[in-house]
Amino acid sequence: MAIAILLLFFWKKKNAQKLISVLGNLISVGIAIWLFYIVWENGIYFTQAGDWDAPYGIPIVADTLSAVMVLLTGICGLAVSVFSVGSVRNARVNFGYFPILHFLLMGLNGAFLTGDIFNLYVWFEVIIISSFVLLTIGGEKSQIEGSIKYVTMNLLASSIFLTAIAILYGLTGSLNMADLSLKVAALENRGLVNVTAFLFFVGFGIKSAVFPLYFWLPASYHTPPPAISAIFGGLLTKVGVYALFRIFSLIFIPDEFLLNLICTVAALTIFSGAVGALTQINLRKIFSYLIICHIGFMIAGLGMFTELAITGAIFYMIHDIIVKTNLFMSAGLIFKIKGTYNIKKLGGLYAAYPKLTLLMAIPLFSLVGIPPLSGFWAKIYLIDAGFQLKNYALVGFIILGSFLTLFVIAKVWSEVFWKESEELTAKEWVRYFKDLKPLKQKAIIIPILFLGLVSLYIGFGAEHIITVSSRIAHELLHTEPYIKTILQK
Amino acid sequence: MNTVIFKSASTYLLPLLLLFSVFILLRGHYLPGGGFVGGLIASIAFIIHSAANGLEQTRSILKFHPGVLLLAGLTVALFSGISPMFIGEPFMKGLWFENPVPVIGMIGSALFFDIGVYLVVVGVTLTIIFTITETI
Amino acid sequence: MELLLVFIIGLLYGAGVYMILRRSLVKLIIGLILMGNGANLLIFLLGRIVKGNPPLINSDANILGEIYADPIPQALILTAIVISFGLQSFAIILVKRAYKVVGTDDLDEMNATDEDL
Repeated sequence: MAIAILLLFFWKKKNAQKLISVLGNLISVGIAIWLFYIVWENGIYFTQAGDWDAPYGIPIVADTLSAVMVLLTGICGLAVSVFSVGSVRNARVNFGYFPILHFLLMGLNGAFLTGDIFNLYVWFEVIIISSFVLLTIGGEKSQIEGSIKYVTMNLLASSIFLTAIAILYGLTGSLNMADLSLKVAALENRGLVNVTAFLFFVGFGIKSAVFPLYFWLPASYHTPPPAISAIFGGLLTKVGVYALFRIFSLIFIPDEFLLNLICTVAALTIFSGAVGALTQINLRKIFSYLIICHIGFMIAGLGMFTELAITGAIFYMIHDIIVKTNLFMSAGLIFKIKGTYNIKKLGGLYAAYPKLTLLMAIPLFSLVGIPPLSGFWAKIYLIDAGFQLKNYALVGFIILGSFLTLFVIAKVWSEVFWKESEELTAKEWVRYFKDLKPLKQKAIIIPILFLGLVSLYIGFGAEHIITVSSRIAHELLHTEPYIKTILQK
Repeated sequence: MNTVIFKSASTYLLPLLLLFSVFILLRGHYLPGGGFVGGLIASIAFIIHSAANGLEQTRSILKFHPGVLLLAGLTVALFSGISPMFIGEPFMKGLWFENPVPVIGMIGSALFFDIGVYLVVVGVTLTIIFTITETI
Repeated sequence: MELLLVFIIGLLYGAGVYMILRRSLVKLIIGLILMGNGANLLIFLLGRIVKGNPPLINSDANILGEIYADPIPQALILTAIVISFGLQSFAIILVKRAYKVVGTDDLDEMNATDEDL
C-alpha cells in the first residue's frame, strides 16, 4: 500500500513531452482517487519515511483533508496540463515548462501529505522555486516585474516561517506535528507560544494573501500565461490556507484574541478583495482580487472555529480551487479569442460563440453562488455558523462580499459577453484562437468543460461534498485519532 | 585571471579536486562528508578551471550539459529512495548489502542516494554558475 | 557564546529588514540573504549549543553515552542553506534580467504590471 502513494510524490521528473505530462497527471489523479478511497474507508493512512519511528522520522500522513487536497491537486493538474498543451507556446515548452509544472504539483502533493513541520517548509520551497520559474519563463517586461514582487514577498514569508520553526524547535525540541501538538499544549511560556503562532500566521498569511499582506498577488498573477495563472490561482494560495488550517487546528489551538484577530483579518480581506475587484478593468486582475476576497471566506471559517464553520470553509475551498482554476483558463480562452484582457474593449462573445459562453458561464456563476451551483452551499454554512456564534459583523461582511462578487461578475458578464463588440486591431504577437489547429482548440476547451462538470457536480451533488467536509471538520477539531495514529500510542 | 601560475595550477587542481570530492563522498555516512559537500568540491574544481581557462574550455572538458548530470542524479537518488518499497519496506529505508566491498566499505542504498545528491549538486551549481558567467 | 550569537542574530535581522525596506533591488536581495542567515543562526542557537560528540552510538552500547550534539538543528540548517542558495541564485539572475529589461533597479519605477493589456 505504501508503494503507490509514495510514487505520487515522485512520479516523473523529466518528461518533456506533452503526452507524457497528460498521462502522468491521469495516473496521479487515479492514485489520488485511490488514496482518497483508502482514507475514506480506513481512516488516517500514514507511513514513516526511512522507517524511523515518530517523533523522530518524517511521517507522511494522509487524513481526509490531505486526501481531498491531493485529489483536487490531481484534478487541477490534469486540467491545466491539458490546457497547456493547447495554449503554451513552444518556446516555453523548450524551457522545461512541463517538468517544472510537475515539480510544482509534486511540491503541492508533498505539502499536503507531510506530517512534519520542517518538511512542510521544504515542500513550500519546492513549490515557490518552481512557481518562480513558471512565472518568469518567457521573460516579458511585466512578467519580470510581477515576479520580482512575488519572489520578494515569498522569500520574506519563507524566512518568517523558518524563524517560527526555529523558535518552535527551541521551545519543544520536536518537529513532528502530532508530537508538537502535545508538547505545545503542555508548555508554560504562553507568551512565546503566542508569538510563534503569530509568526506562523504572518508567514502563511503572506502565502495565502490575506489582508494586509496580499499586495503581491494582484501585481503578479495576471502576468504569466493563462495556464500558469490558472494553477497559481487555483492552488498556490490554497496551500497557505491549508497550512493555516493544519497549524491552527493541530499545533496551536487559537485562543480568544487570536480568533478575533483572524475574524477581523478575514472580514477585511473579504472587503478589500471585493472592492479591489470592483475597480479593475483587466479581466485577470479582477479574478486575482476575487481570489483574495474568497480567501477571506475560508479564513472566516477558521476564525469562527466551530465545526459548522470549518465545514463551510472546507467546502468553500473545494469549490474555490476548481472554480478559480477554471476561471483563469476561461480568461485565457477569452484572450485567445479576442486578444485582450481589458473588459472595456471586450464584448459580443455571446453573439459570436454562444456555446463557449455557456461553458464559461458555469464557473462565473458558481463563483457567485447562484443556488444550485457550488458556491451557494458553502456560503450557507458559513453564514449559518456566523449566526450561531452571534458574530453578526462577520456575517455582514460575508454577505457584502457575496454581493460585491455578484456585482463584479454581473459587470464582467455584461461587458464581456453581452455588450456590442467593437473591432479590435489584431496584434502581431497574439496567436488567435481561430488560427490554432483543431487539436489545440480542443485541448483548450476540454479542460474548461471538465472542470465545469466537476463544479456542477459539487453544486448538484452537494450532499456528498458536505459529508466529506463535515468529516474533515470533525477530524480537524478532534485531533486525538491523528496524534494517536502517528505516535502509535 | 590570466596569470600563468593560476592557469597551470588549475590544470593540476582539477583532477586532484575531483579525486578529493569522490573521497569526501565515500567518506560520508559515519564521518563528516557526503554527497552535498563532495558535489560542491567537484563543482568548485570546474569553476576554478573555467575561471582560469574560460568557459568554453571547461565545457569541452565536461563534454555534456550539466543539466544531464542533474537528471542522472535525480534518477539515481529517486531509485535508491523507492527501491526499499519493492520489497515491502517504507520509503527510503536504509538497505545494506551483506558483505563489505574492499576500499569503499559497506554499500547500501544510502550510498546511492548520496551519489545521486552529488550528481545533482554538481549539475545545479554548474548550471547556475555557467548561466551567470554567460550573461556577464 | 549564546549572548554573542543573540546579538549577531539581532543585528542580522535588523540589517536585513533595513535593507529590504530600501528601494534598490540589489539591496533587497542582500536584505533577504541577511535575514535568511539570521534565521539559520537562530535555529542553531535554539537547538542548544553544547561541546559534544557526534551523535553516533558505539557498537557496544545501546544508548548515547557522552554529551552529544543535537543533529537535527544541523540538518535543518544544512537544508535551509541549500534551499536559500538555490533561491538566492535564482533571485540574483532575476534581478539581473529585470535590470536588463526594465533598465532600472529602483522598485518605484516598476509599474508595468499596472498597465493594461
